[in-house]
Amino acid sequence: MIGQVIFIIILLAAVYLFGKNVAKVRRNILLGKDTDRSDNPTARWRIMAKVALGQTKMVKRPTAAVMHFFIYVGFVIINLEVLEIMIDGIFGSHRVFSKPLGSLYGLLIGGFEVLALLVLVSCVVFLARRNILKLRRFSGTEMTAWPKSDANYILTIEILLMMAFLTMNAADYKLQALHFGHYVTAGSFPVSALIAPLLPAGADALATIERGCWWFHIIGILAFLNYLPYSKHFHILLAFPNVYYSNLKPKGEFSNMASVTNEVKAMLDPSFVPETTEISRFGVKDVTDLTWKNLMEAYTCTECGRCTSVCPANITGKLLSPRKIMMDTRDRLTEVGNNIDKHGKDYTDDKTLLDNYITREELWACTTCNACVEACPVNINPLEIITEMRRYVVMEESQAPASLNNMFGNMENNGAPWKYSQADRFNWAEKE
Amino acid sequence: MEEILNNSEIGHSKSETLTVPTMAQMVAEGNTPEILFWVGCAGSFDERAQKITRDICKILQHVGISYAVLGTEESCTGDPAKRAGNEFLFQMQAMTNIELLNAYEVKKIVTGCPHCFNTIANEYPGLGGKYEVIHHTQLIQGLINEGKLKAEGGESFKGRRITFHDPCYLGRGNGVYEAPRAALEILDTELVEMKRCKSNGLCCGAGGAQMFKEPEPGKKDINAERMTDVLEAKADVIASGCPFCMTMLSDGVKHINKEQDIKVLDIAEITVRANGL
Repeated sequence: MIGQVIFIIILLAAVYLFGKNVAKVRRNILLGKDTDRSDNPTARWRIMAKVALGQTKMVKRPTAAVMHFFIYVGFVIINLEVLEIMIDGIFGSHRVFSKPLGSLYGLLIGGFEVLALLVLVSCVVFLARRNILKLRRFSGTEMTAWPKSDANYILTIEILLMMAFLTMNAADYKLQALHFGHYVTAGSFPVSALIAPLLPAGADALATIERGCWWFHIIGILAFLNYLPYSKHFHILLAFPNVYYSNLKPKGEFSNMASVTNEVKAMLDPSFVPETTEISRFGVKDVTDLTWKNLMEAYTCTECGRCTSVCPANITGKLLSPRKIMMDTRDRLTEVGNNIDKHGKDYTDDKTLLDNYITREELWACTTCNACVEACPVNINPLEIITEMRRYVVMEESQAPASLNNMFGNMENNGAPWKYSQADRFNWAEKE
Repeated sequence: MEEILNNSEIGHSKSETLTVPTMAQMVAEGNTPEILFWVGCAGSFDERAQKITRDICKILQHVGISYAVLGTEESCTGDPAKRAGNEFLFQMQAMTNIELLNAYEVKKIVTGCPHCFNTIANEYPGLGGKYEVIHHTQLIQGLINEGKLKAEGGESFKGRRITFHDPCYLGRGNGVYEAPRAALEILDTELVEMKRCKSNGLCCGAGGAQMFKEPEPGKKDINAERMTDVLEAKADVIASGCPFCMTMLSDGVKHINKEQDIKVLDIAEITVRANGL
């Protein structure tokens, strides 16, 4: 009875805390500017099913794709078992699904065990790829101590949870054989049967191990849940809405700024009366100038580095790293959010995303080739943030590199980016 | 003018003289061309690209499509300004061009450059310029499908290893991967893919207005990096469909001292050569 009370208290506290932190992330995302992504729901559900649920963009790197798939399927399916654990915890029952599900229960538990093993093995391989093989993709200037630890914590926690789950089953399996207490014969244990011989033979010791693992497993899951909003692992939730709200237009298309259209129309046609739009700066200087979608992407990024590993600028040793653009955006947004929590809504510090986080050298290294956008398994678009920041630098500050200012001048005067006369534009037809 | 020239040495010498009609002329004569050929700045001024421009005209003339160019009335689409963050200049250029195109009642446009293609096809509609826009490799693919273009009567590419470098604004930007390859598949030649191709293609280094500035500090230039893929594929012809890629790839080939062994050719040039136009 006291166990049930403790369990319910822990469960409610965990859910409350998680809800509070998710609300904070949501508030931060909504600090972004509005952008309409409500069109074409059919195409959006389809792309979500394909890219988020079906993970079609992961397969470009097959090893990681297979391992990740095991962990993903393991996570989703083993959650059915967590449901049983929750019910058992609240009502003090034991393996409550075993009776109603009958022989299917054995199949399910057996399946969970196989998945748990696959998750465990995949996590070990992933840890090795990061820490022993030291894959290049997992290093880089932005991969400082915290992002590296974050990844290792996630993998270690998952390994521990799976080990607790399997050990719990192993003890249960042995107790069932002893016909001890409430341990009725239920389930099949293809994996934990193998570790059962390592456990002690005494029923009391086994029961202690079984209960210990049960509590460790469920408290571990609830703690992990509350770790998510602080971690790159939040992608397991945000991947779905983030892909749903994907850009459905061709990647080459950049947005036309409506505020500029008004001014240009007024310049070309003095009789034009623009619709009143709210006055804001051109382009992006800080995170609050970005759209909510850009900000959602920042929280969705799981720092896998596929973007950076295909970035032509990064490959050739330039400062630019698309992953850093996303991480900087998230870190700055978290800072802005924390400032609001501490000092109120109208507080502004003297920092901005531009310069304090992202340098101009990074912005000017981009070739706008869309390789990063194409590579992202959850359809994040670092390029949009880069071009929006270029817009601020060029249109608000007039701080484009000198050679680009020359190009602008040529285009204005001659209608071409080079210093050639418009009158010579058709000379090509007479050559041969 | 359909004489068959089997000797590849004289494959270029088909004798039709090139006459390029302008939109202004056409309209003055009361004619409406089927398609407008948007030449672009590189195609107009860059010496290498000018040759490709003339080749695209040769193809149009050869198949008898009624077309016209804007000539001196054409102006930059504004693409490099937009990628560099100068939205004002982009929209100034765009609206001026759209005004002209709409005045000529243009319906269909073929471009010689993926950047012009992307800008006019995707970014002009929102500013009032709605046209059917194709890239010249798509034009060529269409003509091949209709049986109007073959690969005969000109230079043979037999024994060459050709690889296609995907321009970012054609491939990833707009999902056009097959059209340029279709123009190569009809050649009696070996088509090889580079390690980084199609949606994984590596940029030449010119996009995003990089063409008009020095690269930021780094370990190497992007076109030099691309040469490792070319060498690995053992290609002796790099085909492309973009005047900026053309410049970057040609410089890259020069950089590795392979000008004698590796040729960089536009899909239009290859088509013209293969047909002896």
